[in-house]
Amino acid sequence: MPIKTTIMSQFVKVAQEQGKPLAALSDQTALLDSGLDSLCFAIIVARLEDELGIDPFSASDDAEFPVTFGDFVKFYENAAR
Amino acid sequence: MKTPRDDQPSLWDAITGAEDEARELSQRWLKDARNTIALSDLAHGSSLDVPRSRLAGRSVLIATQDQLASAAALIELDGVARRLVLCPPDVAAGHLPAVAATAEIEAIVSDREAIGFGEIGDRLFVRSSPHLSSTAPEQRREAHTEWILLTSGTTGVPKLVVHDLASLAGAIEFGTGALGNRAVWSTFYDIRRYGGLQIFLRAMLGGGSMVLSSAGEATGEFLTRAGICGVTHISGTPSHWRRALMSPAARRIAPHYARLSGEIADQSILDRLKAFYPQASVAHAFASTEAGVAFDVGDGLAGFPVSLVGRAGSPVELKVEDDSLRIRSGRNARRYLGAQQEGLVGSDGFVDTGDIVGLRGERYHFVGRRGGIINVGGLKVHPEEVEAVINRHPAVQASRVRSRRSPITGAIVVAEIVPREGADASGSLTREILDCCREALPAHKVPAAIRIVPSLEVTAAGKLDRANA
Repeated sequence: MPIKTTIMSQFVKVAQEQGKPLAALSDQTALLDSGLDSLCFAIIVARLEDELGIDPFSASDDAEFPVTFGDFVKFYENAAR
Repeated sequence: MKTPRDDQPSLWDAITGAEDEARELSQRWLKDARNTIALSDLAHGSSLDVPRSRLAGRSVLIATQDQLASAAALIELDGVARRLVLCPPDVAAGHLPAVAATAEIEAIVSDREAIGFGEIGDRLFVRSSPHLSSTAPEQRREAHTEWILLTSGTTGVPKLVVHDLASLAGAIEFGTGALGNRAVWSTFYDIRRYGGLQIFLRAMLGGGSMVLSSAGEATGEFLTRAGICGVTHISGTPSHWRRALMSPAARRIAPHYARLSGEIADQSILDRLKAFYPQASVAHAFASTEAGVAFDVGDGLAGFPVSLVGRAGSPVELKVEDDSLRIRSGRNARRYLGAQQEGLVGSDGFVDTGDIVGLRGERYHFVGRRGGIINVGGLKVHPEEVEAVINRHPAVQASRVRSRRSPITGAIVVAEIVPREGADASGSLTREILDCCREALPAHKVPAAIRIVPSLEVTAAGKLDRANA
């Protein structure tokens, strides 16, 4: 499964679990406007680490943290290379 | 009848003093998987290979493998030795020299050929055997003996906690109970820890007998043997009990009294025990090595009544300050042994247990340990409060909630679950458990992930292992 699909489905799942209205996600959607709070992101990052075996947030301390959903996906795609 | 609370007789004098017409001392015993010691045999016999008088006034380290050997040494040497240090078998050998130095140990009682550390020096090495040798008639046992317990700290040298028979026996009713002296006590604890020692003393001072577990004995074997011995009173931590109830041999015992202590007894384990042993009274007690026994709760409900708090002048005074339970009583340990130890008792005379409680209605409930808090983005979570919710699910045998590092919130909550035998441990179970958690807990306390595991590690002290949590 492409990384983007995995990430997308975790966003949907966690938003649903946490009862958060998820914005329509496009590459341009700002993460802060996605409807998810920091707890949601903490859960998503943990689950993606379990699923993909990578945690780019902890792995790279010099990288710029993602701002948009597109950045977020790229962040994982780069780390997976 | 003499008791340690009256005029401080030794353990042996209290045992023989508790004897009545109804039951000869010869019918009371201590038993492990291999050996039995009749209490009457200790009147003219000894488990030690030197005369007890050689240990008079000495500081003695009791470092035996078998609990039975330690039990015999305690009975023989209280009132004789100046100090008895009870060494649980799991204390790292590397810590023993420091323990021995701090306690000014002059003699070591062991049931092995050699002790785990080389530095015996000019200390007397005393061999213990369950096959008693005959001794000269009784000597006087008038020394006020200190009993030193080692705390089961997770790291570093254990702390040495000073008690005596009076502080240890403060919660024990002498020679009472419907069974009187036909009681057969047992415990999943090691008697060299506070919880187990309480049961040993209840058996000895209350006129009963005791079944001890042997080193390396599996839970099922121990339960089977306890059943054969006719155990009537048995105690353990909630973790001990959760594990015991997973064993088919749990049906081999039919206790009159089942006791929980040492960890939070949540409603589900209380209900499960009561359902499993309907003839038993199920009680949970609060005690710690430092604070002693504070209270027993016998109404089958988790937590304890608010009425227990703030009773000035009662034998045990409780108060709640900064959310933690504090206890002042004659059952408090006297002090720590050794230099530069922080005070065991605060300036107000209370021992701070570090156990966090919360008031719900007319009852206080234990929430967790002060040191065990998970910090999720600045919000506090006690693992135990989440476990209590998870354990309510009927398919859950045991659970452990722990912290997982998060680059976003610092930490998140995750859980491991041992399903009950025969339970469907598929994805629907974790979904159901998460639903329960979401219903009962705020979002930051709900586990971000749940893992199904075959078992959970329990420490030598019988508590859920949170060292890596």
